[in-house]
Amino acid sequence: MMRWIGDLFLLVGAAFAFLGALGLIRMPDVFNRIQTGTKAVTLGALCFLAGIGFLHPQWWTKLVIIGGFLLVTSPVSSSALARAFLIAGVRPWRAPEDRDSTLEEG
Amino acid sequence: MTEASSRMPQYAVSFAAGMLLWVLLTGTLQGQELWAGVLVVGVTTALAGPRLEILAGVRLVPGAAVSLVTYLGYFFYALARANLDVARRVLTPSLPIRPAVVEVRTALTSRLGRLLLANSITLTPGTLSVDVRGDRILVHWIDASPGTDLESATGAIAAGFERHIRGFLR
Repeated sequence: MMRWIGDLFLLVGAAFAFLGALGLIRMPDVFNRIQTGTKAVTLGALCFLAGIGFLHPQWWTKLVIIGGFLLVTSPVSSSALARAFLIAGVRPWRAPEDRDSTLEEG
Repeated sequence: MTEASSRMPQYAVSFAAGMLLWVLLTGTLQGQELWAGVLVVGVTTALAGPRLEILAGVRLVPGAAVSLVTYLGYFFYALARANLDVARRVLTPSLPIRPAVVEVRTALTSRLGRLLLANSITLTPGTLSVDVRGDRILVHWIDASPGTDLESATGAIAAGFERHIRGFLR
């Protein structure tokens, strides 16, 4: 039973990691790519950790530490990347219907 | 308030976090291991405590632990929703995104509180914190159709988290 739940979590994690990778290809600019990349890969990694926790129950305390570390560091690195791109002068992509409007361009 | 007592929260939080890390790393609650942990974490806290000013924003009030737990619950719910949202947008052939960079305002005053809020915003549906300037957080929003002025963006992005975070951080 534990084996099945663990495998299910690993599969879900892999699915989210795949969606993150697909997002990297499909999104139009660097900010949207960071968006899909961060969220999908963070939850994907957490699912992997949960899956490993079910397969090897004696490791769960250390898996909690790894998960906490991921949750704190991965958004920080994404924000740092996005901030660097904005400061470097990369303009966020706008949807066609917004391009002529008076909305702030960042 | 004296200098020593104003630093009590950061020592207490540092000690509690250190003990939690110790118990998770050793993976046991046996007496001997715990006492060794108290010794090691106690020395670490005494040495590092004065430098941990970032922890001074923690509010040591009776309801803080409850707020932390409800915040974590809300956070994981938002994280799951964020991923389903991303999955939907990536898999829809027409790629339904309408991004804009907006500002949101936060009532949190401590550095730790603002960091936690910015991190939470990054991991939730369609939003990515880009920069923090004073009480304003610059957010890249993947679907800005609800409106990009300060008030509506704040209400849609930050208000939910802020309500939970304010229970245990300034």
